Order: sequence, then structure tokens, then C-alpha cells
Amino acid sequence: MSKVVIRTKGLTKRYNGVVAVDKLNLTIHRGEIFGLLGPNGSGKTTTILMLLGLTEPTAGEVRVLNLDPARQPLSVKARVGYLPDQIGFYDELTARENLSYTAKLNGLSRKEADERIEAALTRVGLHEVADRPVGTFSRGMKQRLGVADVLIKRPEIIIMDEPTQGLDPEGAHAFLQNILELKEEGITILLASHLLHQVQAVCDRVGLFNRGRMAVSGTVAELAKKILDSGYRIYLEVEGPADKMIPALKAVSGVSKVQRAGKNRYELVARSDLRAEAAAAAVKAGGKLYGLSVEVPSLDDIYTHYFEEVEHGRAS
Amino acid sequence: MAAQAKQDAIPRAREGSPWTGLWAVVLKEMADHLTSTRMRILEILILLTAVGAVYAAMLNIRSTIGRDPFLFLKLFTTSREPLPAFVGFLVFLVPLIAIALGFDAINGEFSRRTMSRLLAQPIYRDALLMGKFLAGFFTLALVFTAIWLLIIGMGIIGLGLPPGGEEVARLLIFLVATIFYGGFWLALAMLFSVRFRQAATAALASLATWLFFTVFWSMLVGLIAQTLRPVRIGLPQEIIAQTELQIALSRLSPNTLYTEILLALLNPALRSMGLVLPIQWEGAILGSPLPLSQSVLLIWPQLTGLIAVTILLFALAYVLFQRQEIRA
Ligand SMILES: Nc1ncnc2c1ncn2[C@@H]1O[C@H](COP(=O)(O)OP(=O)(O)OP(=O)(O)O)[C@@H](O)[C@H]1O
Ligand SMILES: [Mg+2]
Repeated sequence: MSKVVIRTKGLTKRYNGVVAVDKLNLTIHRGEIFGLLGPNGSGKTTTILMLLGLTEPTAGEVRVLNLDPARQPLSVKARVGYLPDQIGFYDELTARENLSYTAKLNGLSRKEADERIEAALTRVGLHEVADRPVGTFSRGMKQRLGVADVLIKRPEIIIMDEPTQGLDPEGAHAFLQNILELKEEGITILLASHLLHQVQAVCDRVGLFNRGRMAVSGTVAELAKKILDSGYRIYLEVEGPADKMIPALKAVSGVSKVQRAGKNRYELVARSDLRAEAAAAAVKAGGKLYGLSVEVPSLDDIYTHYFEEVEHGRAS
Repeated sequence: MAAQAKQDAIPRAREGSPWTGLWAVVLKEMADHLTSTRMRILEILILLTAVGAVYAAMLNIRSTIGRDPFLFLKLFTTSREPLPAFVGFLVFLVPLIAIALGFDAINGEFSRRTMSRLLAQPIYRDALLMGKFLAGFFTLALVFTAIWLLIIGMGIIGLGLPPGGEEVARLLIFLVATIFYGGFWLALAMLFSVRFRQAATAALASLATWLFFTVFWSMLVGLIAQTLRPVRIGLPQEIIAQTELQIALSRLSPNTLYTEILLALLNPALRSMGLVLPIQWEGAILGSPLPLSQSVLLIWPQLTGLIAVTILLFALAYVLFQRQEIRA
């Protein structure tokens, strides 16, 4: 079983009576990418700050790498990298000088710092502009410098708050690729965002935040199962008598609904990806298979559906 | 059982030294100060003031070469119309420089959005605040020492003789006192930089305090003393009571403390701060200089007072900063 690196139990934060995070239980395993999702003000940033010991929890327990961030902040912060939602640098210093300050704060020796700075700058593609003042950098370059900054301490966990905010689609895509590379190296990543398709593209598991509570968590498929009762839509293009096809497809276990979506097109609603089973059933019933596709449930659907339900529940 | 052991492994107290990373902060901040345009301007300002005032003083005291045993002290204290003496400039230039070094120390990190990134590094807030204070303090020390050396150099060339041992000692203590006086204003400006999120507000608050003590406090003190201890019939006791209150109140101002320190150090003939009754003059030869140890004794309360208030201000800034939400 994979090792737990972040665990919270009943974690609560109140600001003058306003509950920002409410009895949060969160478990994150080594090497996974976990996405914190939720609307504005749902408590994502507050949770992150408590994980880093930058804000004292009102109640509850946090363990990061088996350490208590409130009591052992130095050990936690030496091993956990943080990319804040609005990242800033010293504009009059160069990229290299900015990173060098971080290295010194982490107590690295001169030689080690130089090596790591070179590596980090090369890695995020800022090597050519390393000696330019950061004030001249674009938003995307600053964001990449932020990643380099986090990499200086060779973290085991990286926590990112809205990392793709303000990046153009291409920049965001490249950024997500970087995140996947980091995961390859065994770094655990916690990502707070409300850009759903991006989260879906990289996250192994997601947690849906609402008003300080984590409503549901799991893989996208699990959430789909939980929230949309059946998530997958399978499309078949089969030539054959419809009156034979529909019962045959309906008989496949796990399929909850079958309907015609065109002359030779059928739409199936299923609990999981049942393409192979559906195709086999169609062929067995005497059909000629021309096309087969599946629409994986999107996080968008899940999210919208979930918050519609929440609103609905609150209204009634 | 295992859970119990895990619980126990976590210490109750904060781990590690609060000063981890302190020197990294000090060095970075000092480099910033020494290269900033803001400091350039102030350095030029104080340099011109020093050269001008000391040159003017030199013209005045040339005539007394050979007769005055404390010629070098006079370089700092002699004024020549229309210029005030160099120390007169210092009383308000030092606060200005110190404020310039401190007013955006903490809020600047917030407005540049570097604060959360900074505090996500393995350091405590203690190190950040202390590091910034020390950097400002060392910068003050560096600038003033340079000016101090410059003036003494000018003196040696202009007057054609080196300073005496006691003169050097007095001037050294004066230098230290000046640096601490700057430290007070630095701590104040930093307190405001923690308290106010806008650097402009912090600068304004610091300058208002400076203006208050430089201009208004002495007026206010006169008014308060007159109201609380009025001179009704003109009895000597009444006058003494009023003056004593006035002196006590005016000592609440750091400017007064610093001025008194200056006077006692650079004017060895000064025997007492404040009211001198004829009885205290008994046995004293009028105008004869006090030995250095006596002068130091005289300024001791002022100097320790200044340092104590500085520590108090820093402690206040510390408490405020520890409680601050780091999210902008
Ligand atoms: N210093 C504070 N004082 C009072 N309330 C606060 C403070 N900081 C945060 N809150 C409240 O806590 C709640 C959670 O805020 P938080 O910033 O954690 O949300 P978030 O999920 O990160 O939102 P966003 O998506 O906008 O970044 C909000 O209702 C916010 O108003
Ligand atoms: Mg947030």
C-alpha cells in the first residue's frame, strides 16, 4: 500500500466565527497528484496554509510527512514546496539572484545552490534569461520561475495554488506537462484549482470542496459513479435491425439505458467503460460494427451536477 | 499504542532556532539597501550636509587652534550663519534615513507578493523581522561611520592636527549614540510597516511621528507644563516645578534624549542636564570640562532609555507580525 504523506483529521479553521475549513479529513498518498476543487471562498487556500504551518488550525490535526506543521514548521517547509496563488519575485533582482536567495534561506552551500539553480532554470526553460531582472518577465515566465524556485529545495511534496491562473492555453498545457514530469520523479503534488478540465487532465484523485467541507473525493470515475449515477456514454455505429440491437445492448450488465441516436447509431449509458462488451453484444446479435466511441464523464459535468444539487438541496 | 508513540514523537515546543536563515535575510536586505536609489539620494544629502556644515565650522574655529583642547568636537557643534551645526542637521536627518530604511520592510513583501513564498522556506518569521531590522541597523552604522570618518578626515586636513584621545573617545560614543538614535526610528518605521499594509501609509505615519517630535512636542510640552504647574505668584518653587515638569515631559521625545546625549558628549563643559541650581555649582570651576567618565554617566539614562524604547517598539512589531495572516 502506498504511503500516506498528508493526513488531516477534523481540521477546522475559523476566522472570527466564520468557518473557512470545516472538519476536513484528507489523505494523500506518496506519488499521486491530488486536485482540490471548489468555488471561490470554499477554503482551498486556507487548507493549504494550514498544511504548511503558515496558519494555525483552530481545531483538528494535520500531519505532513508525519510531522506537525504547527510544531515542526522548519522540517515541513524544508521538504514541502509551495507555489502560492499569486507568486511574486523581487523585480529588480535577476532570476538567478531570486533563486539564490531561496537557496540561502534553505541553508544550501554555495556549490550545491549553484548546481541546483542551474538545473532548475534549465528544466523550466529559463536558462537563457537567467540574468535578466525578473521585472522584465512575462506572467508565464514568472510562473515557470516559481516552479524553479520550488524545485531548489528538492521537495517531496509540492503544493500549488491555482498554478495555471493567467496562463494562455499553450502555457497552461506546458505547465501541466511539467506537473506530470514531476510526478514521474515521485513527487507528490497537491493542486488547488477551479479549472476543471486541467485538473481532470493531470490529477489522479480529486476532492470537491464546498463551504469548507470536502464533499466527495476519489478518482474522476468514482466521483462520476457517486454523483452522476452512471457516467459513461458509449456510442456504437452498427448496421443491423434496431429491434434486435436494442434488447441485446440492454442485456449487457452495467448498461442502464440504450437509445437510438441516428440511423445506425446507438447511445448507451453505462456505469463503466463497457465498449468491448457492448461491441461483442452487437456483433453477436448480427450487427455490423462500424464505429465505437466512449465519452468519459467530464469533471465539468460532475462539478456542475454536484453544485446544482447542493443549491437545490439548500433551496428546498 | 503505535499511535501513542507517534504522538509522543512530536515535541511540544517549536523546533529549531528562531534565527535559522537570519544571516541570509540580513545579507540580502543590506545589499538591497546599499544599492537602492532611495539610499543613494539620502547618502548624497547627508554627505553634502556634512561637508557644508563642517567646512563652515572649520572657518569659524580656525582662529582658536591651539587654545581649545576640544577642537574636533567643535567641528560637529559649531554653527555659522545661516547654516546650523552638523549635529543640528543630524537630529532630523537621522530619523529620515532610518524611516526610509524601514517603512516598507514588511508591507513591501506583501505588496510584491513575495511574503508567502518567503515564509514557505524553512525559516521563522522571527528571522525575517530581525534580519530586516539588523540589515537596516547595519546600514545606518555603515553610513554614519563613513560620514564620521569623512568629517574627522576633513578636520585633520583642515585643522592640520590629529584629534586627541579623549576627543576620539567622545566622538566614538557620539557615533554609537547616533546609530542607536537611528535604531529607534528604524524600529518605529518597521512597526508601522507591519501594522499598515500600504507602504505609503506606513511612511506617512512614521513621518507624522517624526514631525510631531521635531516640531510640535516642544510646543505642547510648554503648554502642558503651564497648565499643570502654573506660575501664579512667581515664587521660585513654582518656576522650578514648572521647569522640571517641562524637562521631564520633553524627555519623552527621542529627539530630546538624543540632543541631550549630543550636548553632554560634544560639550564637555556641560555638567548637568536640565535645571541647575546654584548649590550644584559649588566647588565647580565655571566652564571647566567634565572628564569623559562623568559625561558618560550623565548620558547613561538617556542612552539606555533610547535603547529600551527601541526594544519595546521592536517587540510590539514582533507580536503584531507573528499574529498576522500571511495571505495578502
Ligand atoms: N484572514 C481572514 N479573515 C477572515 N476570513 C477569512 C480570512 N482568510 C480567509 N477567510 C475566509 O475563509 C474562506 C475560505 O477562503 P479561502 O481563501 O481558503 O478560499 P479559496 O477556496 O482558496 O478561494 P479562492 O478560490 O477564491 O482562492 C472565505 O470565506 C474567506 O472569506
Ligand atoms: Mg485560494
